[in-house]
Parts: sequence; structure tokens; C-alpha cells
Amino acid sequence: MSQWDLVNSDVILVMGSNMAENHPIAFRFVVEAKQRGATIIHVDPRFTRTSALADIYAPIRSGTDIAFLGGIVRYLLENDLWFREYALPYTNLSTIIEDGFQAPEEFDGLFSGWDEEKHSYKMDSWQYEGMVVPTANADHSVEVSDPEKKHEMTKRPPRRDETLQDPNCVYQIMRRRFAAYTPEMVERVTGCPKESFVKIAEAMAKNSGRERTGAVCYALGWTHHTTGSQMIRAATIMQGLLGNMGRPGGGVLALRGHCSIQGSTDIPTLYEMLPTYLAQPKAAKHPTLETYLEEETVPTGWWTNLPKYMVSLLKAWYGEHATKENEFGYQWLPKIVGDHSQFPMTFAMTDGFMRGMFVIGQNTVVGGMNAKLVQKGLAGLDWLVVRDSHEVETATFWKKGTLISEGEMKPEDIATEIFLMPASLPGEKAGTFTNTQRLVQWHDKVVDGPGDSRSDLSFVFHLARRLKELYAESTEKRDEPIRKLTLDYPVIGPLEDPDSEAVLQEINGYTTADRKLVSGFKALKDDGSTACGGWAYSGLFPEEGKNLTRSRKADGPDGNGAHHGWAFAWPSNRRTLYNRASADPEGKPWSERKKMIWWDEAEGKWTGLDIPDYVEDKAPGYRPDWSKEQTGMDAISGSDPFIMMPDGRMALFTPAGLKDGPLPAHYEPVETPAKNAFYKAQSNPAAKRFHRKGNALHEVADKQYPYALTTYRLTEHHTAGAPTRGVPTTAELQPESFAEIPPELAEKLGVRTLDWVVLSTKRGEVETRAMVTERLRPLTIDGSTVYEIGMPWHFGWAGYATGDIANILTSIVADPNVSMHEAKALTCNLRKGRLRRHHEGVEA
Amino acid sequence: MTINRRTPGKRIASFVRDWSLPRQLAGEPSKSTAAKSTTSEKLQPRLKLADKVGTSICPYCAVGCAQLIYARNGKVIHVEGDPRSPVNGGRLCPKGAATMGLLNNPERLTTVKYRRPHATDWEEVPLDWAMERIARLTKQTRDETFVEKLADGTVVNHTLGIGVLGGATLDNEENYLMKKVFGGGLGVVAIENQARP
Ligand code: SF4
Repeated sequence: MSQWDLVNSDVILVMGSNMAENHPIAFRFVVEAKQRGATIIHVDPRFTRTSALADIYAPIRSGTDIAFLGGIVRYLLENDLWFREYALPYTNLSTIIEDGFQAPEEFDGLFSGWDEEKHSYKMDSWQYEGMVVPTANADHSVEVSDPEKKHEMTKRPPRRDETLQDPNCVYQIMRRRFAAYTPEMVERVTGCPKESFVKIAEAMAKNSGRERTGAVCYALGWTHHTTGSQMIRAATIMQGLLGNMGRPGGGVLALRGHCSIQGSTDIPTLYEMLPTYLAQPKAAKHPTLETYLEEETVPTGWWTNLPKYMVSLLKAWYGEHATKENEFGYQWLPKIVGDHSQFPMTFAMTDGFMRGMFVIGQNTVVGGMNAKLVQKGLAGLDWLVVRDSHEVETATFWKKGTLISEGEMKPEDIATEIFLMPASLPGEKAGTFTNTQRLVQWHDKVVDGPGDSRSDLSFVFHLARRLKELYAESTEKRDEPIRKLTLDYPVIGPLEDPDSEAVLQEINGYTTADRKLVSGFKALKDDGSTACGGWAYSGLFPEEGKNLTRSRKADGPDGNGAHHGWAFAWPSNRRTLYNRASADPEGKPWSERKKMIWWDEAEGKWTGLDIPDYVEDKAPGYRPDWSKEQTGMDAISGSDPFIMMPDGRMALFTPAGLKDGPLPAHYEPVETPAKNAFYKAQSNPAAKRFHRKGNALHEVADKQYPYALTTYRLTEHHTAGAPTRGVPTTAELQPESFAEIPPELAEKLGVRTLDWVVLSTKRGEVETRAMVTERLRPLTIDGSTVYEIGMPWHFGWAGYATGDIANILTSIVADPNVSMHEAKALTCNLRKGRLRRHHEGVEA
Repeated sequence: MTINRRTPGKRIASFVRDWSLPRQLAGEPSKSTAAKSTTSEKLQPRLKLADKVGTSICPYCAVGCAQLIYARNGKVIHVEGDPRSPVNGGRLCPKGAATMGLLNNPERLTTVKYRRPHATDWEEVPLDWAMERIARLTKQTRDETFVEKLADGTVVNHTLGIGVLGGATLDNEENYLMKKVFGGGLGVVAIENQARP
């Protein structure tokens, strides 16, 4: 949803986010919604400025969000408060699941299909009865015995029971699944008083239906957990039941941290994906282009088009060298053999098989988990290239780092050859960022960067040019990819900067015969006649001279408020995804107040206030003809809005796409002061654990590390701090690191505000100043008192605003779906005093 | 240093002319006409000095506030929120408002710093030298670690010897070229950004 669409919400739940402080300008829409009468709710371990402006604030212990949201789901189902006219036809509530499916309450805290040896799930029993539901999620294959059964979906619709009586239908499974999540259990596990919880559940329910919608805003407070994907899933299930997807003022808004973090996920600098959500080929599964396309193509729904997107990408990368005969150069793409994400990278460095590294605009020594281990890794590299605007910690670990200050190493011991290169910033280079609502916005070049600063585009381009030269004479097969790679961008000026508009045009796509820009992804072909670097972005540069990301025409007071003339929202400039759901099954708006798109019978097409996220002329009454095979969009009926799903419906129950269960279940964080009150399984059984030296974990309710710890951000600093800690204005506003400590705990330990304190975990120790504050309340969890401590993680030794690196404390553990760590919920110890390294002789 | 050549008489006259109080007493509003002086007559907005203006997007968080960057003689003289934007309507938060401080920060890196193995300090090196050295190191490490096939014959055509980190603060075009060149060109698989940490 668009951020500005929040003003149309009747209720906004901010959870896993301190939106007022960390996304201040987006929060203005929440404030405006409040002024228009919306109810604002904040659920968070800390009372923050977001809480101060909310109508209802509920404290919870970090990492217990699924218990809370599961409680809401149960409340809606048991009190029959869900939006039936929406959820019954638009979600898979009525779909029948395989008979063998079992959920954690029946099965020791595990879902059926658990393979103890492999530490993962087999997903046969999670499938729709008699068929396999494929997923196009990169890196998420359906682990089933007979994947061929996905073609069953082209033969018939999944079996459903619209009366919801069948014990194997999703509705009944969900009722059983969440039966234990009573308000009493919510209180016992999360520490939130049940009265506050019920008030919130009621507010969500009250603001649902034809006339009303609600939104959820979350941030890293949900993603930084070993159960993060399932937390977001729990919120989506709630939103599906309430009919809040694809409608004005409805949705789940992810508030992301960096200016182009959405762009770098879509056009990914990520290991498991190729541009715009195509899977990076896997060695075992995808030996040839044919097997790749067979495995990855979903036979029904929009993703049936995947071969067009993949072949066009290969054409964009390898140009004329990509031919039908050589699988369009498919073999030149590197294949992955496991998890190559950032955390395994840390171990690859400490183990010595990763030998060289480029760090481009990231300060991993501050931002990476287990920061001491990261530094050990960097110290083991042969060479390291750091590109940044300032001298960041990642570039100076060898002389000012933790290993040096703790006396473990001397600079002379470190053999790494290091380059620190000045990088240009926005304003000094032209290009696009994609913001948190999928808005691709161009920024101009106004001045040159200082001295030898260059854009990273220029750096990579010129490095590639040099490498092409170095490999020019090679006849080795392994050197073909760099030799065949297209790199024919026009260059500008004496420095020969590559033209970023030309790169954007390649992302948009063109016909290979005449290099004419394509109008959008519908024009792409799988025969090599089109090239496209990122199919989902296609259409942002539909013709020469028409860069829609530069468009700066916002709606005036008479406009429809979607601002289609302001930049370009992928895909196809749609502002609200799945907006077919803003109309009822017959195609009429749910209400005048909540209209967005509708079916125009006379014109025979969808029309309205947004660009329809649907086949333009697909009538609401269209039904697939199941007497013959149905593929692609033909298999999706005119009343099914969720066109990227193989059955056209929102998956409340996910047969495929998640590695740790088709429904969320509350598992405790890997490090926690509490036992799991729900199941025998303590933490996420599928979570990735790395039993490695320097990465030891604490026991459950570990007496040596008795306090819950969460990390977070401040308004004035940006993530790992490079662009704010060294800038006088922002550094002055937040000059130094600190830890927030509840007064009750402070009193117990004799700590007062501004005292030095030491926080410790098995990974390391940090010292910082105490800030004693009631913003953190002691919570009663399962009868005993739990104290939670908070620490901002921006700081390091560089710049003006300094402090110890909070990530010295965190460990490397990860969510099984997305390899995300758990810096929002861990345990630690706290004592008054300082570390000896800073003040020899001071009592520690 | 400018030398004040005015006589005491002229100075008194100019003081009386610019003195706000009598005009305030005479009923002129203190915030407009009574506040005018010879100096204030000559004041003009900083933006008027700009010889160039461009639209930009805030380099910090993902809200995506739009900015206007004003420059004069190749130097940024002002950054403000773009009032036309439906995202921010001209507003910026404390980070966004610090953008000019970031761009013009005297602490910015301007040359390539190079640290030899085991050295205890940086050296400054020419950009061109660094580029060539990095290209050669990249080639060397790639060549030494490139794997065409695993022991069981599975084709992988990759190197695990090189890693690439970063992207969430960079342009889409930069991310695209990084994945294309390092992945599609060199066979690097460990390409990651801040989406996870
Ligand atoms: S001004 Fe603040 S809220 Fe807006 S994009 Fe920049 S950092 Fe984010």
C-alpha cells in the first residue's frame, strides 16, 4: 500500500516498529488518520513516541508477537468477527488440506513432515488434497515426494467446502491451530495485560467490513527474529480474515530502513535471486535451462509467464551471445549450492575459503551480527575493498577495531590488503531508489563528488572493463561469462561515467532486433526477441525520452489521490497490489467509501482509481473450463483476486513458500528468559543454528544471562551510522551510545542514569552509559518478573558520535526462510562499571 | 577588511534611519515594515544564488522523501524537502535535514587510502593504480578459486572465494550492475546486502 493511503485507514496497528521515531515522515499519515478519527494502536516492548501518540499502547516481551497475533486470529474466529463475504471467496479458508496434516498442538510442537536428521520439513502433508501447490518464491522449492503433482492444478480447482464443516478445511485447521491462544495465554506469554489485548482485538474487528479497513505497519521489530517470517504471516492472516488486503486504507506496510533497500531486494544484490524475484539457479535442481524453467514455472496464475522473464534476462546479460542453441547462456550463470548469505559468509571468511571481498556502502563491522567474529573474518581475508563516503569501521578494524583494543591482535599481525575508496552520494550521481512502497524515484546529479569520489556504477563498470581486458585473450570456457557479458553502456564526460539512464533502459527491456524499448512486461517473449533486466520493473521507461521515474506530477485536490504521475510504482505503476479485492466477487466496490477499482460492464473492463492489478478484460463471472487443461491466467476465475498465487486466492494456510510451517506457531527466541508455554518445542525447530567457536548461545532462562535484550534505532542516526555519526548536526543530537534500563532493575543493581554499565553475552562485552527509564516496564511472564534492556545499535568508534558496537553482543542464528538474525530478542547480563580496556584500574 | 569611511554624522543618521523602535512606536508592525533596515533591504534568499537545482531523494531511510538540491559553482548550497512530493510535502526529518551536512562534510573521503599487508597506517594511492590492482587481485582470486564442477560432476561454474556486500544504500542501476558483473560475469555467488542484517 502507499504510505499516503494510511490516511484512509480506520484502524492502524503499529507493531514491530517505532514508526514515529524511525520513519517520522511516514508517521505523519498515521497522525492524519488519527485526526480523521482512526484508532491508532502500538504494541511494543518499549514505550516510545509512537506509543505516546497512539490511542492504545500494549507492552509485550520481545519475540512474542506470534502469541499476540495468534490471539487476535483466535479471537476473530471464535467470536465470528471475521469479514466472511471477503475471506470466504478470496482466501483459501475453505480449501481442503491433505488428510495427514498435523499441527504443533498435536505433534510435540512440530508440524507434520519433520525430518530430524535433515533438520527440515517434508511438505507432502501440507498440500491441497491430491495436488502439489507450487511456489515461485526464489529459494523456496516445495519439498515433496512427487513435485509433478503440481500439474494437477491445471486439471481441476482445489477441493473446497464452502460450509467450512470439513475437519480438513483451512478454517477448521486454523481454529484448532489457534485454540490455545486465549487472552489468558497471551498475557502469560507476552506479559501484555489481557484487558489491553482484548481491547486491541476488538478495535481490529470493529474496523473491518464493507465500510471500514485497517492497516498494519511493521519494521525490523518483526523481521529480526528466528520466527520473523511467521510473525509477518500471522499479521497477514489477520488482515485476510478482516478483509484488509487490496483495499483503500488496508494492507501490511513494511517500513524498511535504507533508501533503496526495497530496490536492492527487487533488483537484488542477494545470493538466492536474480532480478525481480527469479531464483538464482541451484546446482542440484537446475542443471539446464529446461530443468530450471520446468522446476520454477508455476503452471497456473501469473507466474506461468516466468520463461519469458528468464530468457529476456539472459538476453540482457549476454546479448547476441545468448542463443537458443546455448540455452541463452544459462550455463554462464553461477549455481548456488547452499546458503551463501551474509552470516555463512562470516564463517567462510574465518575458515579462510573466502579470500577477497568488496564492501560497497555497507558498514558490516557495526551492522553485522557477532561483530567480533566479523572482524576476525575480515582479518583473515587476502584483500578487502571498502567503498564509502566516510572512513567507516569496516575499513579501520585493523587499527582501531575490537580485536586491537582487546589486545587479541596487533595491526602487524593482520595480512589483509585494504583499499578504502571515496564514493559519490545521491546528488553527486544520477539513478533511482525504490522506496518502501515500491515507488521507483529518480534522483539527479547536481554536483560532482569530492576529489576521487566516483559512483559505484562507475566503479563496477570500470572494474568490469579492466577485467574484460585482462580476460580478452583467454580461451578457457570458465572465462566465457565475463567475455560475453554485455557492457555497451554509453559513457559521459572525461571520466567516462556510464549513463545510468541506459542501465535503467536495460532494466526496462527492449526488443533485440531494433533495441526499441518495450512498453511493459506483457511485451516480453521467451524466444530471445526481447531483453529485460528486471521484468517487474518493465514499463518504467516505456519509450525513448520517457523516464517515468523522473515524473513529478502529484495529484491536486481534484485527483484520485493515487498520484500516478509521481514516479513509477512497480508493477505497471499500480499503487495497491491485488486491488481486485477492493471490489466484491461480482466486481462492485464493497462500499462507496471504500471503492478503488470495479468492473465496468458496458466497457467490458476493470476501471477505477488505481491501475487494476488484474487482467484488464477478465469479467468477474469468468470461470475456467475444467473439462480441459487450464494454464496460466485461464485457470484463475474472475472472482479470484490474488493472481500471483496458483489458485488465485490469498494463502492463509501456505502449502509452499515457507520452511517452518504452513501456519505460524509461537516459538520462543533462541535466547530467552522463558520456557515455551505452548509447546514442547522451545524455539523454531527449523531455525538455522551455527555451532561455531565464538558464537556460543545461552541456555533457556540462563542464570548467568538473566535479562532480555533488544536492539533498536534512533531518529537521528542511520543504521550502522556512517552517514550520521560523522556529520556534526546529527552527531550533536545523539552524541553517544547508551542502554535503556527499567528503574526497578536499576535500583536492584544500584545503577543511576549516566553511570557506566557493562552488558555481556557469551559473544562479548560492551560498556555504555545507563539511561534509567520507565519506558521499559518489568513484565510478569508465566508468574515471574522479566526485565528487558534496550540498546541502540548505531554506534562504533568512527565519527563524532561514538560508543561500543552493540552487535558485539549478538549471535549468528537465523530464520530458516530468509536467513535473518535475531538481534531484537536475546539475553544478556548487566553490571555497573567499565571495561578494563578503557580504564585500567577502574573497578569492573 | 573593509574600512568604514563614514563620518560620525553619517553614522548617526544611518542609525536613526535603521532604528526600528521609533517606527514601532509610530504603529508600524514590528515583524514587517518596522523591521526593515539598509542591511535587510539587501538580503536575498540563499536559493537565489544557486546556478543549478536538481530533484533528489533522501539518502537515508526507505520512506523516500523527495528533496531539492541547490548548487552554486559546483558546490551544494542548500537542500530542502520537495514541496510537490506526496510522500513528504516538503518535510524532512532530522536525518533528511542533515543531507547538506553529509554532502559537504569536510570529513568526506577524497582520495583512495591503501593499507599494505601488515602495515600500521594508510597510504594515499592514485585511483587508477588502485583500480588496476583491484582488477588483478579479483582475477587472481577468481582464477584460483573458480569451480566448474563439483566432485560428483554437478556443474556449478562459480567461485566461493570472493564476496560482495552492500547495495541497500545504492541506486537500482548500481545493484543491477553489481549482480550482473560479479554474478553473471565473474561467477560470484556470495552477493549480499543489508536486507538481512
Ligand atoms: S527525511 Fe527522514 S523520513 Fe524522510 S526519507 Fe529521509 S530519513 Fe526517511
